[in-house]
Amino acid sequence: MLTDVRRSMALHSRRFRTSRRRDMSEKSPQATHASPQALRDSPQALRDSPQALRAEAIESLLIERGLVTEADIDEVIARYNERIGPMNGARVVARAWKDPAFKRALLADGSAAIAPYEFEGGQVDKLVVVENTPSVHNVVVCTLCSCYPWALLGLPPRWYKDPAYRSRIVREPRAVLREFGVQLADDIQVRVWDSSAEVRYLVLPQPPADCAAHDEAQLAARVTRDAMIGVAR
Amino acid sequence: MSEGLELTGSAAPPMQNGELVFEAPWQGRVFGIANELAARGAFAWDDFRACLIERIGAWERTARSDEPYRYYDCFLAALETILMRRGLLASHLIGAREAELAAREEGHDHHHDHDDIEPISS
Repeated sequence: MLTDVRRSMALHSRRFRTSRRRDMSEKSPQATHASPQALRDSPQALRDSPQALRAEAIESLLIERGLVTEADIDEVIARYNERIGPMNGARVVARAWKDPAFKRALLADGSAAIAPYEFEGGQVDKLVVVENTPSVHNVVVCTLCSCYPWALLGLPPRWYKDPAYRSRIVREPRAVLREFGVQLADDIQVRVWDSSAEVRYLVLPQPPADCAAHDEAQLAARVTRDAMIGVAR
Repeated sequence: MSEGLELTGSAAPPMQNGELVFEAPWQGRVFGIANELAARGAFAWDDFRACLIERIGAWERTARSDEPYRYYDCFLAALETILMRRGLLASHLIGAREAELAAREEGHDHHHDHDDIEPISS
C-alpha cells in the first residue's frame, strides 16, 4: 500500500517537475475548463454547432500551414489557467512584501485584511496566512478532502486532492517537499497546516532578494501558486 | 503571452473561480489559436483585441434583450477577421474546408460502412 502511495506521489511530482505548465490541465486538451462536468452538460447543439465546424476548419488550415501546432494551443490554455487562477493570492503576497502595515494586518487576521479586495469566486470564511522565514517553512494540505483558498488561488491542482499528497505531506513532509524540488536544510522547521471547511491557509513566501527594486505588479507576476501552497520555496 | 488578454473590461473572457470558462471545446481552441498566433508574431495582440471589441460592440447593438451573451462567437468572428486582414487565411478557404468537414459529419468518428465490416478479432 505504502509502495503504491509512493509510486503515485512520485509520479505526480515527476510530472510536476517536467511539465509544470500542464499540471493544472490534466483534463483532456479539449475539455479545457476545469469542470469536465460543465462540458458534458453543455447542450449537444453547442458542441456540434456551426461555430465548432468553423473553428475546426480554421485550426486545421492553420496547422497545415505551420502557423500553429495542436500542442501549442493546448499549452496556451493551460498556461492561462495556471497564471490567472492564483493571481489574487499573488497580489496579496506582493503587497505584503511591499507594505509592512498590510503584512502585519494580513498575518493578524487574513480574512479581514483581504476583505477590501472583494475577491469573487469562492468563500474564505477564515483565512490564516502563515509566513515563511529563513528558519520556518510552511506547507498547506487538506487531509480530509481538498479545502483550499479558492478565491485566492483558483482551483486546486490535481495533486492537492490526491490521497498520497494528503497523507504523506503530514507523515514525511521533507521527503514530499524534496520530490517537489524543495531542498530544506535540517535546521529549517517545517510546519504543515491542515485546512478545513472553516479555516483556509495561505503561505506567505519569503520575498525575493531584489524585492525593493520592483513594484507590486512586477512582484505579483513572480509569485507562484506552488509557493503559496508551500510546495515551492 | 506578455501582451495577453486583459481579464477585466469590455474584451474580457468569461471566467469562473479564476479560471477560463469554455462551454464547448471549440471555444478553448479558438482562444488558444489567437493567443498562440499573437505570441508568434502573426499579428499584434492589440490588433486582434480591436477586432474583438468591434465584434462585441456589433453584438451589443444588434442582440435581442433576451439573447445570451456569446463571447466566443465574437471571438471566433474576430479571429477570422484578423486572419483575413493579415492575409493569413481567406474566408473562402475556411468555407471550403468547413464544407469538407461537414461532409464527413455523419458518423465520421465511428464506422458505419456495413459492407466491409470486419470482426475486430478472429
